[in-house]
Amino acid sequence: MQTIFYTRDHEWLGFLGSEVTIGITQYAQEQLGDVVFVELPELGDQLQQGDEAVVIESVKAAGEIMAPLSGTVVAVNESLIDAPELLNSDPQAEGWILKLALTTDVDMSNFMDQSQYQEYIQSGE
Amino acid sequence: MSDNSEPRQTQLYQHHVSAGAKMVPFAGYLMPLQYSGGIMQEHLHTRAKVGLFDVSHMGQLVIRGPSAATALESLVPVDLEKLSKDQMTYALFTSEAGGILDDLIITRWDEETFFLVVNAARKAQDLVHLQQHLSCQVEVLDERSLIAVQGKGARELLSNLLPTLASLSFMNGSSADIGGIPCYVSCSGYTGEDGFEISVANSDAEELADKLLSYDCCQWVGLGARDSLRLEAGLCLYGHDMDDKTTPMEANIGWSISQSRRLNGAKAGGFLGHEPILSQLSDGVGRIRVGFTIDGRAPVREGADIVDESGQVVGQITSGGFSPSLQQPIAMGYVPRELSMVGTVLTAMVRGKPKVITVSTMPFVRPNYYRGK
Repeated sequence: MQTIFYTRDHEWLGFLGSEVTIGITQYAQEQLGDVVFVELPELGDQLQQGDEAVVIESVKAAGEIMAPLSGTVVAVNESLIDAPELLNSDPQAEGWILKLALTTDVDMSNFMDQSQYQEYIQSGE
Repeated sequence: MSDNSEPRQTQLYQHHVSAGAKMVPFAGYLMPLQYSGGIMQEHLHTRAKVGLFDVSHMGQLVIRGPSAATALESLVPVDLEKLSKDQMTYALFTSEAGGILDDLIITRWDEETFFLVVNAARKAQDLVHLQQHLSCQVEVLDERSLIAVQGKGARELLSNLLPTLASLSFMNGSSADIGGIPCYVSCSGYTGEDGFEISVANSDAEELADKLLSYDCCQWVGLGARDSLRLEAGLCLYGHDMDDKTTPMEANIGWSISQSRRLNGAKAGGFLGHEPILSQLSDGVGRIRVGFTIDGRAPVREGADIVDESGQVVGQITSGGFSPSLQQPIAMGYVPRELSMVGTVLTAMVRGKPKVITVSTMPFVRPNYYRGK
């Protein structure tokens, strides 16, 4: 069972051993609107925390996901290439985006748990 | 339009908020970007049924005077004397240098009275421009709202409310009484669909919106879908696809210059910038606005460079997005004339990556204007 944490940029992180699955939250998907295109990283890409990892294009605008952690891309959700709307319909499960194998220790204090994240959204960020 | 001042609200502000709108500042107003359905849904709803748009941010002006037609003709390259009562025309305010100061719709209300609808972001400048050049009376209809009813079912809906509107054809208007609400209804719009724009007193705007929304087929549509609808229809957005540095021929809207105002016409020239504009009409232009379809699903947006085979930047995208009707990205932009032929394959750079784009005919989606029986 993976442990879920959240970032201030509205991504969810599913930790399982030394791997983390990354996606966007329900709140993020509502803000983005209808997603029409997702540009995924390549398998094997080495991402440093803060690197541009993913581009999400909605009908409205383009948005980027910066790597919330450093690691190697070990999986990408290829269903998003033909069905980017999965990010709208099921962002926290079927619409996962990528998996990283962590290369450094993670400072968990950067992230929020479910209840902290709910508070964070309600505080209007 | 001051950028520092608080954005204004239209009369229908509370209506939008109650309908779940995401309100954003636009041209000095707080306007609905989208409602709970989202841009895609609102766009497709307008193509299939009826979309209701609050466009009260646009400027509504009235020009009055015995010589109003000829006076206005000094600022727009169209034949206004030829317009009969309640007929309207698309027009451009041109500059001395031949650039475009704004695009607008002019309706003849009577012999001496013309009704103008101008862009929200340009209305302050347009007013100054009119007052500088015309001696006629210029009135700003600040106390009026403007509501657009657009889509396949718009005519049926309005005919239910007022049967005489069933026969109102494209680019014609009519004074109307819709269930006790006095309005001026124009058969015009910015979506490529059959539809109407209704000018109504602010005090009646909410009641009129409620009447229209009481039909199941009718829902609010925000600025987001308004933009994707007009892009599919191949229509220019002022400040993006044209501006004071762009001439009518470059913007590929030379058709809007009336025959009589062209060289050898009965009233040739006589408008601001007529010399550069009319010489471009006969000699052509170096660059021109064209439409593009785009390979793949990634939208190519405003500001993207267009490059040729050798990697040389030859133009820019001025509007671009994902077409909900075609389910593919579309765009418009400027290219050198020699690269403007339909079918020409070029490249647009998006985040440093090349995207294949092909010059395409416009409109991208076939318009459904009602031109009468």
